[in-house]
Amino acid sequence: MSVALSVQALGKRYGELQALADVSFEARPGELIAVLGPNGAGKTTLLSIIAGLQEPSSGSVSRSAREVGWVPQQSALYGKLSVAENLRLFASLEGLADPAAAVAGMLEQTGLGERAGDPVGKLSGGNRQRVNVAIGLIADPPVLALDEPTAALDGAQRGRLWEFLTRRRAAGTTVLFSSHHGSEAQRHADRILILAAGRLVWDSSPAELIASRPDCDGDLEEAMLALLGELEPAGAEAP
Amino acid sequence: MRSLLGKDLLILRRSRLLVGVLVLYPVAIALLIGLAISRAPQRPRVAIVDQTPPGETIRVGTQRVEVSQYARQLFDQVDPVSVSSRQEAVEKVTSAEVLAAVVIPADLAARVGSGTSQGELEVIYNGDALEQSLVNSQLRSALAQANLGFSEQIQSAAAQAIDALLQGGNLGVLGAPENLIGLEQIPAVLKRVIDRTPPGPDREALVRVADFADFAAQNLTVSKRVLTAVGQPIRIHSTLLHGRRTPLNTFAVVVAVTVSLMFVAVLLAAGAVAAEREENTLARLLRGLVSREQLLLEKGLLGAGCALVVGLAMLGGVGAFVSLQWSRAGLWVLAAAAGALAFAALGVAIGALAREVRAASLLAFVLSLPIALLALVPAGSVGAGVYDVIGAVSFVFPFKAALQGLDAAVNRSSPGLGPALVHMAGLIVVFGALARAGLRRGQGA
Repeated sequence: MSVALSVQALGKRYGELQALADVSFEARPGELIAVLGPNGAGKTTLLSIIAGLQEPSSGSVSRSAREVGWVPQQSALYGKLSVAENLRLFASLEGLADPAAAVAGMLEQTGLGERAGDPVGKLSGGNRQRVNVAIGLIADPPVLALDEPTAALDGAQRGRLWEFLTRRRAAGTTVLFSSHHGSEAQRHADRILILAAGRLVWDSSPAELIASRPDCDGDLEEAMLALLGELEPAGAEAP
Repeated sequence: MRSLLGKDLLILRRSRLLVGVLVLYPVAIALLIGLAISRAPQRPRVAIVDQTPPGETIRVGTQRVEVSQYARQLFDQVDPVSVSSRQEAVEKVTSAEVLAAVVIPADLAARVGSGTSQGELEVIYNGDALEQSLVNSQLRSALAQANLGFSEQIQSAAAQAIDALLQGGNLGVLGAPENLIGLEQIPAVLKRVIDRTPPGPDREALVRVADFADFAAQNLTVSKRVLTAVGQPIRIHSTLLHGRRTPLNTFAVVVAVTVSLMFVAVLLAAGAVAAEREENTLARLLRGLVSREQLLLEKGLLGAGCALVVGLAMLGGVGAFVSLQWSRAGLWVLAAAAGALAFAALGVAIGALAREVRAASLLAFVLSLPIALLALVPAGSVGAGVYDVIGAVSFVFPFKAALQGLDAAVNRSSPGLGPALVHMAGLIVVFGALARAGLRRGQGA
């Protein structure tokens, strides 16, 4: 079984605060992994270390920052530039051999071809997020990390985004995303990682977690809350 | 880095209001400061009440000086408003139509002509403490100039009277004898008489008179020189210790250009760095697409390049009206480029420390303007301790170094371009390091 991403004993400390502690997992190509957990559990810290935004205090990530596409929660785009100009800039910065072809391909994949000349500042939240994701994927990285990608989107926009990410998964891209919505993970993820107080407390498929909590009526969110409730004393003791 | 620079220039081109403000505002401020420095202070507007009778003169020996000469001298030193009475003068001062009033009393000629008392003027002024201080100092200066001019008139009349005594002739004074003999001619005339006079008491008396006339003529010649010396006892001879004297108008040009360089470079560089953070693109760029150093260099070059264009355009434009040495244009570019880079380094440091564009712009503005004004405080205008503090503050910011560099390039002023370039290079390194630390701090948090 090939490994697209390997995270080993990852730890991150901000002064006295242990944001991440001894997190290890591996991801296969084309796997769609949801990183779940309550606020402050370390989801964003984990993804930002994998994406190369932060250095870990301990442990390692098998991929360099350039091999991981990054999609921050808030769109990281130039509002005065058009969709195509934003894509072209990041294609150039990525050092792609044919930036124009990469831009054309990404416009087609995201369905933004008709809006290519529009300034990003004038796009809707959903379209902005599509450009945000497109920039994360412009260099066709083997791994894509998304921090709460659907947080600011309405239902229809979420649907279009998942459709797109599902296509990327099918193309072999490993996708990691953090989310507050258990339902999204249940519907789209192959695997869930649950963090609590910086520790990885669950790593399985959504179905396995649901199966382990028969009293949760097949609801992943309730199963996760039950799990976290059981772990609370351990979480409180976590350094 | 070229892609990033192209992106910033494209964004700048689309931000017409920002570009307009970035160019027009510093140019306006720079021109105002330049004008304030280069223009001589306005002459104070003063009401003058001349109560002396028309045509009245002061008699100096055989000569007469018109009293109206004094009023004329005073008129030259101020922006005069003639009024007919003291009451009218008081009203004009009260209504702030004039800063002050000077009353020349009717007895001025009598008092000056008496030789025993001085003439007295009445000065009337109003206003708050600052205005009083300003009026007082300006009027004192104006009156001193007028006094000097008037005393020169009197001295000239006295010298003419002495000349008349020494050389004789027609004095042109009513009642004076015609073709009067001069004191200098008396010894020669007497010598001829003495030669024809036999020895005896008459001849001895004539010899004594001739000796007196000779002695008196010599002493009167000396007294004329003394009169000149007393009239203006001290002459001023200026020596500039080193360098070349900078004309005030070309220095004002240098100040104006330096202010423009500062505003454009600092505001643009600070804003460009802060904008990356505000648009959330900083993290995306710094995760391997560009290094911190490349990003800061790009923003610095953006700010410095735009500032250089504005600064040189301004220098060239103003050069059409002020005499500049175009043969030194290469040095202008060098000094302006170094100054622009030093300001841009300060700008990127501000941008890296601030979290958003508005905060960065405000900080850049709040920091730059006082630093510029402090750097223009002349030595001797404040206490030594305060001046040392101002000097230390000015040293750690680029304005003074940039000003000195540009002044040296344009006006060949001392201490020359070299030390200023070294100073600016040091500041670029320091602010660059500060900016790098600021970006690292922002990323780590």
